[in-house]
Amino acid sequence: MVNPQMVMYEEEFNQIQNVVDRLVKDANAKVVFIVDKNGQLIAASGDVDNLDTTSLASLTAGNIAATGGMAKLLKENEFATQFHEGEKANIHIQLVGNRVILVVIFDSKSSLGLVRLRVRRASEELNNIFEALLKKVADPGADSPFAEITDEDIDNLFND
Amino acid sequence: MSFINYMAREINCKIVYYGPGLCGKTTNLQYIYERTNPDAKGKMISLATETDRTLFFDFLPLALGEIRGFKTRFHLYTVPGQVFYDASRKLILKGVDGVVFVADSQIDRMEANEESVENLKTNLEEQGYKLEKIPYVIQYNKRDLPEVASVEELREKLNPMNVPDFEGVARTGVGVFDTLKAVAKLVLTELRKGGP
Repeated sequence: MVNPQMVMYEEEFNQIQNVVDRLVKDANAKVVFIVDKNGQLIAASGDVDNLDTTSLASLTAGNIAATGGMAKLLKENEFATQFHEGEKANIHIQLVGNRVILVVIFDSKSSLGLVRLRVRRASEELNNIFEALLKKVADPGADSPFAEITDEDIDNLFND
Repeated sequence: MSFINYMAREINCKIVYYGPGLCGKTTNLQYIYERTNPDAKGKMISLATETDRTLFFDFLPLALGEIRGFKTRFHLYTVPGQVFYDASRKLILKGVDGVVFVADSQIDRMEANEESVENLKTNLEEQGYKLEKIPYVIQYNKRDLPEVASVEELREKLNPMNVPDFEGVARTGVGVFDTLKAVAKLVLTELRKGGP
């Protein structure tokens, strides 16, 4: 398989969640979430109860993919940062280590300058965590919990 | 590329519906959306033009149930079928775990079907995948229309690898869930083989 499978373990998840929780406070943000480039939500923090994070995750990934496509046409490596300004809410989107996407949603209680500053620091921390995670996943010692599944397990999913 | 989350005990997979313009990819997703229990689905998102042609993608998150204590979640995507949206199609194939090819059974769409399969192969190869290696099923859609090619003929032209194939009428739901189940099964079976 070309792409290594994305795997998330408890240890790294907690580290990531800490970074995201802290970023909500430090940047005075409403919501912060992390998505992988395929649109899977990895972690979220802040006022997420009234937010459709699954849809947002997929659209963010689509957005990054489209921007990446434009970058390629312009012979740029990547446009790592995007900012969308609304009347009430603003979205800051940052590509981290060309692998995951850090999204910060904020309103007038914060500012683009502050968000940028805090995102920069959080990105470095996240990059280190994901690098460590990738190494762990690449370790052949890691067993898949799915190696043992049977045809029956799969069939059972579809017995409505 | 599936995503296994040990913390949330979830497994996420991406399935892409591919095929020529107006073959019924979005209609497949709409039918699945309408017929799925509200607890098992998220919102369906369609990035479409004013005339309801897919511009970028449709997206539907589905939860199928648990396997060995892991929730299985499938993210269904469609690509825009129209020829000139090729750049977008390539993007949507990134990280795909399984592909459904929706063919338009009408005789005068045979060439468009064949072109689209070729396009699928090319675009997968650009991402480093091979069609022969990934979970892949075919749906011969629009069986209810007059002037359709026979299934044998469609098979001969579009399914040389003899992958699972289904007759469909996506508008009324015929074959829609059979197709989805078949590709989901192949994806999960692949997961068993693969491992991280």
